[in-house]
Amino acid sequence: MSLNPKQKLNDKLFDVDVEQAPIRNGFGDGLLAAGEADPQVVALCADLTESARAEKFVKAFPERFVQIGVAEQNLASVASGMAAMGKKPFITSYAMFSPGRNWEQIRTTICYNDRPVIIAGSHAGVSVGPDGGTHQAVEDLAITRVVPNLTVIAPCDALEAKRATIEAAKLGKPVYLRLAREKTPIITTDASPFKISKANLLWQGEAPQVTIIACGGVVHNALVAAKELGEKGIGAEVLNLHTIKPIDTKAIVDSVKKTGAVVTVEEHQVAGGMGSAVAEVLAGKLPAPIEFIGVHDQFGQSGTPAELIEHYRIGVSHIVAAAKKAIKRKK
Amino acid sequence: MLLTDDKIKVLAETANEIRQLIIKSLMAAGSGHTAGPLGMADVFTLLYFHALKHDPSRPDWPERDRLILSNGHICPVLYATMARAGYFPEEELLTLRKFGSKLQGHPHREYLPALETSSGPLGSGLSQAVGMALASRIDNSTSGPFIYCLMSDGEQECGQTWEAAMLAGKEGLGNLIAIIDRNNIQIDGYTEDIMPLEPLAKKYEAWNWHVEEVNGHNFEELADAIGNAKSVFSRPSIIIANTIPSKGVKAWEKKYEWHGKPPTKEEGEMALKELKKYVA
Repeated sequence: MSLNPKQKLNDKLFDVDVEQAPIRNGFGDGLLAAGEADPQVVALCADLTESARAEKFVKAFPERFVQIGVAEQNLASVASGMAAMGKKPFITSYAMFSPGRNWEQIRTTICYNDRPVIIAGSHAGVSVGPDGGTHQAVEDLAITRVVPNLTVIAPCDALEAKRATIEAAKLGKPVYLRLAREKTPIITTDASPFKISKANLLWQGEAPQVTIIACGGVVHNALVAAKELGEKGIGAEVLNLHTIKPIDTKAIVDSVKKTGAVVTVEEHQVAGGMGSAVAEVLAGKLPAPIEFIGVHDQFGQSGTPAELIEHYRIGVSHIVAAAKKAIKRKK
Repeated sequence: MLLTDDKIKVLAETANEIRQLIIKSLMAAGSGHTAGPLGMADVFTLLYFHALKHDPSRPDWPERDRLILSNGHICPVLYATMARAGYFPEEELLTLRKFGSKLQGHPHREYLPALETSSGPLGSGLSQAVGMALASRIDNSTSGPFIYCLMSDGEQECGQTWEAAMLAGKEGLGNLIAIIDRNNIQIDGYTEDIMPLEPLAKKYEAWNWHVEEVNGHNFEELADAIGNAKSVFSRPSIIIANTIPSKGVKAWEKKYEWHGKPPTKEEGEMALKELKKYVA
């Protein structure tokens, strides 16, 4: 085993019966905790209260909840107005609709004004499953990480989502939280470190030859791939790049200095996503071969999460193959 | 505050000065919008010199009324009125739209923190005002500030405006007073040709708003409408202010061609000469 002991990860994370929970549930717990800690926290929903996991907050603080209806543009700008009066609004919907449909309102009324609104986008990635491509946001990182003042976070499991939600509420800046619908394995524990913009080195293989950088629920796939590579005698490092912006340049460069090759893994278009952000860092600081795992200029479709992860080549076997390819490309 | 005949005369003189400041800043900028700012000079004067609870020396005073300008492109009238009220020196109006200026082409509160918000893209101001009114109600029940939102008639074509109107009606936001600059023009032509808005008043009534319709150049009518709006506790209020685009400069009045262009030096000087002859 080469799990980084400092990360205090779930020691059952490689078990077949590892505990699983939807990342969006962690957000719901975090929102409730943030609301308990700070009376200025308010929540706004656009007719997806339960589905976007705001219901615990709504039950606890009905007077601090606004039901906006199916109106995501209004959702973003009303929150901006509430933030201008000292509130810390969370706006919740599916990522396709917020920040998808209301991108300009997020840019102008929230980020241009630098208002501390937290945009929680659930149902990101193809693992949304049966709902199909209209509801699978695979472009949201691209459209959020280009907006000044906006912090972009994609937690790797439900526990990290809870931590990220609580930390986001304290940041005093606009934040986008990328959340997923389906259950994914619990990787972290309550003792694991989490700091916005500080990437976590989860796996330290011996004599590492490749850095696998991942975000969101597929961090688990990256860890399983690193374990398999290790069993084949190929050392790897795995970075959980939960904060895509501002990006942890140091953590990326430090690891790639050791390995000289990179695989990025995300449930998102490879164009403009987390992998692109990593490539921007390395092109400037430390050029190295990169293999991009993600969706390649396609829309999602209906299926089970497992079928879709396999179809879009984001699974463990694809990461293993990409790692070997990246290592081979080293000069 | 009582609106006496003397006060009305002073307001009319102030509005005339603000119109001159608008023209001077647009001439210096060499670009920008003319018709809307001149048409709204009376409404802005009534607000900043009579209706609003505000203090130019304390722009962050928590109890101040909030004024959201949704149609950011008419900012020359906002800037000129704020300068005339004492928020910043009038000389700065000549930096409008220039590099490094507080007075960005469309308002940006990072550059001018006394602004309540930044604006430019149409249709999102009413939503922000609704958010402010909701937040204020959570904190203050009925004793909080009034939230004013100024909109153009053109942006009544934006779906988001109606999203916000529905929410304000549902929530019964008595602390929200919106004003529509009903000047009947937009960039491409007359509103009723581009996308008919009438019956505008009935639309807001249907969403549970209290509606007032006034002559936007009559201080008494405007003040009465605002007074009536304040006395309606359980519903948001909308004041449809019928205005004349480019009001004050006869040759430019009611011409949509003046929506999005500044006066040339000659045109500007002609207009300033006309305005200086004005007697309230």
